[in-house]
Amino acid sequence: MELHILLLFMIFAAIVAIEVKDLLSSVVGVGAVGFALCLAFLVLKAPDLAITQLVVEILCLIILIRATIKKDLPLVIAGRWVFNTIATVGFIAVFLFFAYVALKELPSFGNPTMRVVKMYLQEGLGKTGATNLVTSVILDFRAYDTLGEATVLFASVIGIMAVLRGKGRKKIEEREDDR
Amino acid sequence: MIDNPNTGMSLIVKTITRLTVGLILLFGIYIVLHGHLSPGGGFAGGVIIALSFIHLMLAFGKEAVASKISTRLASNLESIGALMFLGIALMGFFGGSFFLNILNKGLPFNLFSAGTIPLSNIAISLKVGIGLLAIFLALVILENVKKEK
Amino acid sequence: MTLYFLCLVLFCVGLYGVLRKRNLVKIIIGLGIIEYSMNLFFVLLGYRFHGRAPIDAQGQDILNMVDPLPQALVLTSIVIGLAVTALLISIAIKIYEKYGTFDITKIKRLKG
Repeated sequence: MELHILLLFMIFAAIVAIEVKDLLSSVVGVGAVGFALCLAFLVLKAPDLAITQLVVEILCLIILIRATIKKDLPLVIAGRWVFNTIATVGFIAVFLFFAYVALKELPSFGNPTMRVVKMYLQEGLGKTGATNLVTSVILDFRAYDTLGEATVLFASVIGIMAVLRGKGRKKIEEREDDR
Repeated sequence: MIDNPNTGMSLIVKTITRLTVGLILLFGIYIVLHGHLSPGGGFAGGVIIALSFIHLMLAFGKEAVASKISTRLASNLESIGALMFLGIALMGFFGGSFFLNILNKGLPFNLFSAGTIPLSNIAISLKVGIGLLAIFLALVILENVKKEK
Repeated sequence: MTLYFLCLVLFCVGLYGVLRKRNLVKIIIGLGIIEYSMNLFFVLLGYRFHGRAPIDAQGQDILNMVDPLPQALVLTSIVIGLAVTALLISIAIKIYEKYGTFDITKIKRLKG
């Protein structure tokens, strides 16, 4: 019951975030969606995810505000605006229809078929010695995926430093020479 | 602590930051070290450690942190974290296969238990925290150049 | 069942933002909303009625827990989403410095 209310609030905040003309207000809207998602993780009994989502959301807001200016572009009805809008809405309607047909095949909400996980739950404490089962899954049973994720983070940090270099680097070196 | 009244935010923000930024760093280290006993782990703890340094930079202006930690030092520290994680993985070869958990398992609910999992948590938190700090430093130093043009 | 459908409606709101907006920052915000909806969908798949959080405590039942495997996958996905958003924002900052605007129609027409 609480999950329905949280999801409706998230849909409303997402529509506000996309349609508002001021860029700073839409960043606040995205922050509201993120905080409601953290509450939804708490209701779904996942405390690891709630902590991580909260702090990552705060950092994402700080980085987004860094790049916003205070003006949005006015709506221009030029060219094939009517055709584009009708094509997009039509595609979304067809997508939702097929999604409804496909979602009926999933097991109903609240009764998962836990065939693989039974082994992890029963032998987790014995084989690894850790009481937090999510940590034992990501750092012992599936540690290779964590290595891949560390690689992705490393590649993104290198990418940001390569894109934002240029004149900035020379100024830092000049300041270091002056000291 | 640099106390220039021109840079950074107002006096109230600076006083509160001086009182709480050490506690935020301590809380982040606690979440990393107890990752195998209670919710949290390496990722959340690393982001909290990065947030404490960013808090210092937002309240006191960027000179307080950018003069002590350059981007070169930050990227070196991050590489050390990634190499430590790979080293723990290769250590499993002594037991028989890649990524095998070979240290002593210990009793559950103790701090020193669960084999290599606390060491992996420390390596991951070093990598994620310093990496995010390097991203933020790169964004802030560029802003300095844009205003001087 | 309606919960899964509402999750996909949130995905469609983000998709509309990516396809039909002209401001570059709005496109990045739409991509963020798509990531949130997909993380929520994964965690919804593993919920069990009257379950427990997947942390062992002394003297409690083990077979009553919610599914910890989707939670492990989503933990990785949240941090990767942050890295991708940061890279997109830094490219958007560089585009603004070179062209002076965030409008994608004007960026296509300026050559050199």
